[in-house]
Amino acid sequence: MRRIFVILALLTFGLLSYALYEGMVAAPTEQTMGEVQRIFYYHVPSAITAFTLFLINFAVSIIYLARRNQKADALAVSTAEVGVVFCTVVLVTGPLWARPVWGIWWTWDARLTSTLLLWLIYISYLILRRYSTSGQTPVIAAVLAVFGFLDVPFVYLANRLFRTQHPQPVYFGGPGSGADPRMTYALLMNMAAFFCFAALVVWLRFRLERARQDFEETQALESLLQPDARSPR
Amino acid sequence: MKFLYAAYAVTWVIHITYLTLLSRRYRRLRDEMQDLRKK
Repeated sequence: MRRIFVILALLTFGLLSYALYEGMVAAPTEQTMGEVQRIFYYHVPSAITAFTLFLINFAVSIIYLARRNQKADALAVSTAEVGVVFCTVVLVTGPLWARPVWGIWWTWDARLTSTLLLWLIYISYLILRRYSTSGQTPVIAAVLAVFGFLDVPFVYLANRLFRTQHPQPVYFGGPGSGADPRMTYALLMNMAAFFCFAALVVWLRFRLERARQDFEETQALESLLQPDARSPR
Repeated sequence: MKFLYAAYAVTWVIHITYLTLLSRRYRRLRDEMQDLRKK
């Protein structure tokens, strides 16, 4: 297992370096926005990675609700947490791109607002998991995850359904959409690199969660075998 | 150009901060496990 992890880590590092070169150097400069458009190669893959992680979180939350599987619960919390990290990158790189291009850091249009809402939903999911003392916390969190995920398709469709300050879709946006093939290649390389990196981080977070679950089980067993002197008789 | 560099830099600052927090949580859990074993 450790060998696979090391191989994946090396592959991810190589891919991230190559993708950085593709995004910063090899891809052509966009004509209207200039160099700042290269933020696209980090902003879009981060968003797609976050959405994918939330989709996995949604699927494993349903599995947890159906089967009460501890591994599904551990994967749910891992994907939600790493998804929030990627979503944070989207919310930070977006304004850094918007300021030189639109002249403003932020606007309350449908795409931006629904993305912020998505981030807040998963932040509340993580707060619930961290601070709730109820024995039903994983069940409540799974239900929140299932309903919270409904915002993801809305974020995706927001600039198709509404007039937004956020640009119209570059890909799958109907006639006239699309980009230079070298730009598409750089984007795909960055997406592959970010997916590998996310898989690596989710793996680490999943292992931590499984270890925590084992620790809590051992602790509970320990307290049953050695009753505390302070416990009521 | 400064916005481009800022965006790329902040992305890695966020990821590295998260990985640092994750490794701290690993260490804390390992210490707690060792304490439990000692008992």
